Parts: sequence; structure tokens; C-alpha cells
Amino acid sequence: MANVKLKNVVKNYGSLEVVHGINLDVDHNEFVVFVGPSGCGKSTTLRMIAGLEKISGGEISIGDRVVNELPPRARNISMVFQNYALYPHMTVRENLGFTLRIAKKPQSEIDQAVAEASAILSLDPYLDRRPGELSGGQRQRVAMGRAIVRHPDIFLFDEPLSNLDAKLRAQMRVEIKKLHQKVQTTIIYVTHDQVEAMTLADRIVIMRDGYIEQQGTPLEVFEKPVNTFVATFIGSPPMNLLHGRADNSGKNITLDDGVNVAMPSRLAGKYADKDIIFGFRADNIMPVGHTLPQGDESVEIDMTVTLTEPLGAETLLFGEIGGTQVQAKMLNPRIVKPGEKLTFQIDLEKCHVFDAQSEMVLD
Amino acid sequence: MEAAYKGILTIFLGVGGCLLYYYLSNQFLDKVLYPAKGEKAGQNINRANMIRPWLFILPAMLALGLYLAYPVVATLWYSLTDRNQGGAFIGLANYQQMMNEPKFWEAMRNNMLWLIIVPAASTAFGLLAAQLTDRIKWGSVAKSLIFMPMAISFVGAAVIFKLIYDTRPVDQAQIGVLNAVWLQFEGGIGSWLILRLLPALLMLCGAAISIYAAYGVFSAIREKGGAVLRSIAVIFLAFIGYSFLSLAAGAFTAVHEYGVPQNWLTIPGWNSFLLMVVLIWIQTGFAMVILSAALRGIPEETVEASIVDGANPFQVFFKIKIPQISGTIVVVWTTITLVVLKVFDVVFAMTNGQWETQVLANYMFDKLFRANDWGVGSASAMVIMLLVSPILIWNVYNARKEMK
Repeated sequence: MANVKLKNVVKNYGSLEVVHGINLDVDHNEFVVFVGPSGCGKSTTLRMIAGLEKISGGEISIGDRVVNELPPRARNISMVFQNYALYPHMTVRENLGFTLRIAKKPQSEIDQAVAEASAILSLDPYLDRRPGELSGGQRQRVAMGRAIVRHPDIFLFDEPLSNLDAKLRAQMRVEIKKLHQKVQTTIIYVTHDQVEAMTLADRIVIMRDGYIEQQGTPLEVFEKPVNTFVATFIGSPPMNLLHGRADNSGKNITLDDGVNVAMPSRLAGKYADKDIIFGFRADNIMPVGHTLPQGDESVEIDMTVTLTEPLGAETLLFGEIGGTQVQAKMLNPRIVKPGEKLTFQIDLEKCHVFDAQSEMVLD
Repeated sequence: MEAAYKGILTIFLGVGGCLLYYYLSNQFLDKVLYPAKGEKAGQNINRANMIRPWLFILPAMLALGLYLAYPVVATLWYSLTDRNQGGAFIGLANYQQMMNEPKFWEAMRNNMLWLIIVPAASTAFGLLAAQLTDRIKWGSVAKSLIFMPMAISFVGAAVIFKLIYDTRPVDQAQIGVLNAVWLQFEGGIGSWLILRLLPALLMLCGAAISIYAAYGVFSAIREKGGAVLRSIAVIFLAFIGYSFLSLAAGAFTAVHEYGVPQNWLTIPGWNSFLLMVVLIWIQTGFAMVILSAALRGIPEETVEASIVDGANPFQVFFKIKIPQISGTIVVVWTTITLVVLKVFDVVFAMTNGQWETQVLANYMFDKLFRANDWGVGSASAMVIMLLVSPILIWNVYNARKEMK
């Protein structure tokens, strides 16, 4: 059993602090994804768990052992790197067996472990090739195979798919998920791609500037973002955010260009006379006649379409409300010309209201 | 001053002449021979473009032919003729005469020792220096210091080391560092350990390594065949092993005169190694710079991956780093080997081949320009060329592979 505990973990390079006291509990067999823009400290945190970076403060424990001072090899972890990091002078077979070979395991055991890993990842045809003779996806599979042969307590993935093309990435995503189901181990996975995070994770940890902004299941962070950063980072296209002000009664919102919308009923009357940010996803603003079945609450708003992105099953419509760009979705699309003025329905139940100062959600 | 003016004039004439040659020859090709106009304009342009590369490499080919190809052929011819008989063809008589000279075999033996020890030591020290200097703060300072001997000519280096090995009469103060150290020994247990056991053990190690390599090649014959080339290699390695063994015996049984300053360069067996130190001192810098660049070219992630896989620093170095730069190591090794095969200046300036330090290049110089024996001198030159060529070809082959 290997759970991972991070207690107030800090990392600084000289006087520059890049990770500011992170607290996190990863359960056994959980698939946790760190996601955030580049420079947010997610890779650094992963490397601290791996032992490749020294911990400047706090405590990391794996299982029930504090591993702060343990070298990577004593932590019983495996890591898959962004650039595969295969040993170019060894065949696939030797790459897979390297960790067991230097651990002085008997040859029969090494052979068996390699065969097992190769069967899981269907690497059998490539066992005697060098990494240079493999394609990107095959190399990535070898890298994963190398990680599983030693039966680690924890798998660490550092942006493993970012060097692959879009199609292969989708394919490997599925393989990683299957791998997790097969080997049943704790996985910590770092990515900057929110789609990867959403599709893979049991739990997403969203990081920014060395802080954890929010953690939760993919649906939680999608449906209940705690601040505007999470709201725009998770979900594609990003959530539309409009500045406005709640009136005296707290039941209406006046957006920047004078458009009025009602405050969602769950919040009505709670926040009077306050600068707010009104947020809704493209899925919740659709032209009348092209919507999902609407909830009880909705508000209609007119908007001129400036740009369209047809995707087949739906079309993305771009427009402006109060000088801010807004993206809307159109189901069962018809052809829309830029410049056309349409009436849109906003589903108020699915809208979010944030504090304009702190950018934190109001509820 | 006149000489300086002449020098500058020569430079202007030379550079100007080159420019003129390229300009005029291209003009001639484009305007006179195949003008790009008229009925056959297209055909003419194609022809001109086929000829143009030859125009550019012609001077280089002429220079190489005159200064490289012709001397080789001429030397080959000299080695087969006798000047005293008016240049009559005498077959391999010169080679026969050379083979009968003990000095030639001494030079061969010394050259082989140089060939093994200098590249091995330079590459090993260079690799060590490269790895260590990458790790420490003042590494770049250390690197410049280690590289600096590369800027000193072989003769200059020989003079420096002659001072280190210098000997003064017993009643005078010693200025040579080595003698200053030597006079500290008085014949006790420390002297026995350092002066007998240590060198003898080092030589035994050398012997063991070459005999082990010979055994490896020998078993390769049984497994893979290729008997001819491999048996030559076995004999060669066994010979080196034997040389090491005799040196070990010599080091162990030699009688030392404690408290008496030594003429280092006149002690047979030792003095060759003292000369090799000079070349190692110079070549280590070269090996270090190239290998340091290669080490930095290793993807950091493979190193990190091996650390996570559980490798300790030695395993990282020997199993991950060295194999990834093996190509560069071969290139460095063979490049130094080429320098070593042609080694002349160091021996010439320090011992001139006396006291059993003769090497082939100095032997050739002796025969050609001192004894005026052009036949044997040319024959030894051909031997050097024969030894250099395969290594050169291998070196170029590996360097090309590295560049891809």
C-alpha cells in the first residue's frame, strides 16, 4: 500500500520560492493529475516526490515513511519522462531490464518481468530493437514498460504525451488509463493539458504560481470552480467571464455595457451592491432554437456573431458583450454568417458568480 | 625590415592571386567557354555548372598532389632503391637491412608501448577531468589550466620537462623537481613500497590487461572465426603483455642508489615512461575538451531516469554516460593514437633516442638526415605510414559516424 503525503512542501532556488507550502494526500491506487500553466511548480513538485529535486521545507512521505532524505532508488518509484529518456545504447529488452539488472536480480526473474511488461504493452515485436528505430508512440510505451517492470509503489508521469501528435496522444491516453486499471498502482501525473487531466484523473490538482488552487474530481472542478483561474483553465472553450455589478436588491446584475441579467435564484439577495464577475460556459449560452432542454431559469440576450467555428455536431459562435469576447455553442447548427444578430439563451442555473476583487466564487 | 615587407607583399600577392584565379577562371568559364546566351544557353549553363566545382578544388588538389601524393610515391621508390648504386632498384633489401637492426626493433617496441599507454592515459585522465570539472564551481578554471599545455609546442613541453627531470652533480643543489623528491627516499619501507611495489604492480596490471585482451580475442577466434586478423592481434597483444612483464621484473629487481641524484632520462625502462608523461600532459587537455562537450550532449533525462531506476553514481557514469559517448571516445583515442605514432619532437628534444628511448619517427630522422641512409630511412617512413593508415581510416570513419 502506498499513499503519498505532502505536508507543507516548499521549494526554493536561492531566494526564489517556486513552491509555497503544498499540502496533499494521495490515496493508494489513486490517479492524481497535477495540471497548470508552465511555471506553476507542478513538475518541480513531481520531481521532489521522485527525489530528483531536494525539498527545501516540509515533509514528503510515501507509505508511512518520510522520504525527504532518501535517494530516488530507495523510494520505490518509477518515472516516465516527457522525452521518453530511453537509454539509446540499449535494446528495448535491455532498457526494460536495466533497473532489475543493476539491482542484481537473477536473470530468470528479469526475463520474466520483461516478458510480463512487454505483454501488457504489446512490445514483443520490438524487444530487440534500439530506441532509435522506434516511433514516438512505441518509445512512449517502452518508457512506460520500463516503469512497470520494477512493480513500484508509485508511478510518476512528467508530461509523457506532450511530444506526441494529437491522434497518438488520444490513443496513448487510453493506454495509460488501461495500464492503471491493469497494474493497480498509485499514479501521479503532470500535464499542462486540461483535456488529459479531465480524462485521466480520479482527482485533479490545479496549480498556479506554486500554490494549489483547487483539487477535486474532474466533474467537481468543472462544475464548481473556486475561482476565475480554475474556471477558465478547466473546460474547453474557457468559461466566459463578464464584469458587472449586483444591484441594491441583489437580484439583478448589470453587466458592463448596461445589459441586465437576473442573479441566479440560489444567490438572489445574498450579495447586494457588489462588483462581481459573471461566468458561464459556452455550453450554457445557445441561440434560441438551438439549445439543450432549458432549466427553469434562463435569460435571453441579443448578440452579434463575429466569427464561427463549425465543428460538425455543433458550431462555436463568437460574439461580444460589453466589449468582452464571448463564446457560445449552437446545437443542430445551421449556417450563420458573421454579422448576423441572434438571440441567445443563458442557462442561469449553470452560471457562476465571482467576487470581482478576490476573483473567488460566491455561493 | 626588408623581410617584413617581403612577408606582407607575399601575403598580398598570395591572397590577391587566389582571388584573381577564382574570379578570372569563373569569368572565362561563363563568358568565353560556355556563355549563357545564344542557342545553346541552357546546355551551356549546365555544362559550366558541371565544370565549376573542379575549378574550385583544382588548386587544393594540385597542392595536395605536389606536397602529399608525390612525396609518398617518391619515398616508396627511395625505399626500394640504393642511392650509392646510382638509384638502382634493389627490391626489399633496405627493409631487410632495417629488420636486422636491433635499434629498429627497439623503436618498434617503444612505439607500441607509446601507442598503448599515451592514448589510454590521456583519454582516461581527460574523461576523469571532464566529468569532475563539470561538477564543481571552479571547473572552468581547472579546465583552462588542464587545457593550457595544448598551446605549448612539443619541443617547448620537452624543455619544461627536461627541467623537471634535471640532474646536477651530487655536491650541488638539485633544481629538478623529480630529483628533489627522489632525495627524500632513504631506502626504508616507504621507499620499497613506492619505488618497487607500486611500479611493479602497475606494470603487472598493464600485463594482465593486455593478456586478458589477448585471451578475449583468442576466444573470439573460436567463436566467430576471422583467424588471420585476430591472430595478428593476439600476437601483438601478447607481445605487449610480455613487454609489461619484463618491465615489472625490472622495476622489482632494480638496484636503487638512495641519496644520489639520478639521471632520470638515462635509466632504460623508466625513461620512456618519463617521455610519455610529456605527451600525456599535453593530450589530456585535448581529450578533456572533446569529452566534456560530449558529456554535456548526453540528455539529462536519461541520467535522471537511470537514477530513478536505482543506479548509483558509478553505474550512471559507466553504464549510461560512457556508452552514450563511446563514439567520441573512439575518435579521441584514435586521434591521439595518430599523434603518438608520429611522435618525434619530444624524443628528439629530450633524449634523441638514446638510452633505449628510440621511436620510429626519430629512427627515421636519424637514418635519413644523420646517417644519410635514404634507403633505410625511407623504408622506416613507409613502416610508419603503414601503421598510421588503418588507424587514420578508422578515425575518419568514426568521426563521420559521430557527425551524423
